[in-house]
Amino acid sequence: MALLELRDVHAFYGNIHALKGVSLTVDRDEIVTLIGSNGAGKSTTLKTISGLLRPRTGEIWFDGDRIDGLRPDEVVARKITQAPEGRRIFPRMSVTENLEMGAFQRRDKGLADDYERVFTLFPRLSERRGQAGGTLSGGEQQMLAIARALMARPALLLLDEPSMGLAPILVEQIFDIVKDINTQGTTVLLVEQNALMALGLASRGYILQTGEIVLADVSERLADNPDVKKAYLGG
Amino acid sequence: MNVAAWLARNSRLLIVLIAIAAVLALFGTSVPIWGGCTAALDRCADVVAIGVFQGMIVALVALGYTLVYGILQLINFANGSVFMLGSVAALLGVEIFGLTSDSPAASVILAFAVILPVTMAITAGLNAGIERVAYRPLRRAPTLATLISAIGMDFILQNVGQIIIGPSPVSLPSLLPNDVILAEPVVIKVSHLFVTGITLPLLLGLMWFVRTTRQGKAMRATAQDREAAGLMGIDVNRTISLTFLLAGALAGGAGVIVALYNGSAWWQYGFSYGLLAFTAAVFGGIGNLLGAAVGGIFLGILISLNAFYVDPRWQEVVVFGILVLVLIFRPTGLFAEKQSERA
Ligand SMILES: Nc1ncnc2c1ncn2[C@@H]1O[C@H](COP(=O)(O)OP(=O)(O)OP(=O)(O)O)[C@@H](O)[C@H]1O
Ligand SMILES: [Mg+2]
Repeated sequence: MALLELRDVHAFYGNIHALKGVSLTVDRDEIVTLIGSNGAGKSTTLKTISGLLRPRTGEIWFDGDRIDGLRPDEVVARKITQAPEGRRIFPRMSVTENLEMGAFQRRDKGLADDYERVFTLFPRLSERRGQAGGTLSGGEQQMLAIARALMARPALLLLDEPSMGLAPILVEQIFDIVKDINTQGTTVLLVEQNALMALGLASRGYILQTGEIVLADVSERLADNPDVKKAYLGG
Repeated sequence: MNVAAWLARNSRLLIVLIAIAAVLALFGTSVPIWGGCTAALDRCADVVAIGVFQGMIVALVALGYTLVYGILQLINFANGSVFMLGSVAALLGVEIFGLTSDSPAASVILAFAVILPVTMAITAGLNAGIERVAYRPLRRAPTLATLISAIGMDFILQNVGQIIIGPSPVSLPSLLPNDVILAEPVVIKVSHLFVTGITLPLLLGLMWFVRTTRQGKAMRATAQDREAAGLMGIDVNRTISLTFLLAGALAGGAGVIVALYNGSAWWQYGFSYGLLAFTAAVFGGIGNLLGAAVGGIFLGILISLNAFYVDPRWQEVVVFGILVLVLIFRPTGLFAEKQSERA
């Protein structure tokens, strides 16, 4: 059974029909990528999973439970976290406080280990613990956004364009880290514009076009698909 | 900071200050504030001290405005009336306990050990109820709709106050002893200690709560990015309710203190203190907790000077004047040098 399953999800912003029957699955321990051009509905898909947006029809299942209709904090309680598009760091809270917010629902004793873990993954953040989130560089903010989403010890991590606005070397670093995170036992649903790198990392991918899934396949075959090459891989 | 650069950036403010100084210089000692403070410096210190005590009460109400604004970008106009109903509750409490001017100090203290927390709990619940009924359903509506709803709530609560205690000011028995504890350098009475003893812990307690506790941090996170706060697993609606609970508790506490300190309760106090507190919050940069507290004390001093040297009936003019000046010249508040210092 899939860890996450979307069944024919329709979502709206007012009258705008943003998701027109999206169905997808993510299996435990997989990295799955969701690719599509601007405005295709990638972020909307993640918002719907996180409970920021309620699907009008369709179902979302996670680990055997139906989770559509839950509030965002209830979704986090199921161990699904998201590093949203645009980082959304709390600008007037320190790096440490931002991480604390990521761990908001954690009541267990293991928290110290998790700080240790994210500071090992992102040594840059460790140097800037006391600095206000809003004064970090774009790349540092992206690291913080991912680190923050990890603090809840998610079973499923939703990443919305983690490479956006980053230097190529940093993108590679971030992708390596995503790989590490996955190896350590977190399932990942990765939204990306950088289709080439995303397909290199993920085992499977979905192509989203104006609110509909138009292609679903294992990464290698998607990367070889002439249509995909033309539209998302630059020829 | 570079003084010259600051002057250059604040040239408009400077022009106003120079104009005010020119008027004062022109009229010399016939301007009461000016004349009073130079002619009778000893009295001035006392007047300022009284202002500080008043200001601490104003600060409590101002924090309510600023807390709610910070999290919802909404001016909770009903906050002044919630404060007023705190005074009303104190008045009813005094009646229930049958306190008179002759009541022994011990029984007064005992009664208020009950009245204060009960009132704060009631006004906290009231304020959170207002949010639930009048603001939450309008969360996605245009700001103006919520603002009108807030003004409507204010009217309703003013009328509730009138229904309970009638249209005229009602006096409380004088329960606070008038003993002078300190005569030099400023006169300090028991009543002043009473005000400080309740206000200061509440002010500091709130700042501590917001800065360091888990729920306080959730409030700050929600204020800074509501959607992201939800993604962290924070229950946003609960956090907003908590904010209104705290604001309501502070307003109610201030209401009790004012009823005792001024010895009266009146439905119109909601407006006059509300205006003072709102101005204090704007003065300190709305959304800024420390700014609201400092703004409250500043305005307390100002109205005290005005009442002593000019005429208490000018208070509303002075306060509105300040509000207008701040809104024109420093709409982000006097302490808004760096955005990063805001809550
Ligand atoms: N808050 C909103 N209100 C109204 N329409 C919205 C809102 N957010 C997104 N949309 C619309 O929904 C559609 C899907 O948007 P979405 O943000 O999911 O795209 P995306 O695939 O993430 O694009 P990008 O790659 O640019 O981030 C777009 O047409 C967008 O205009
Ligand atoms: Mg997007």
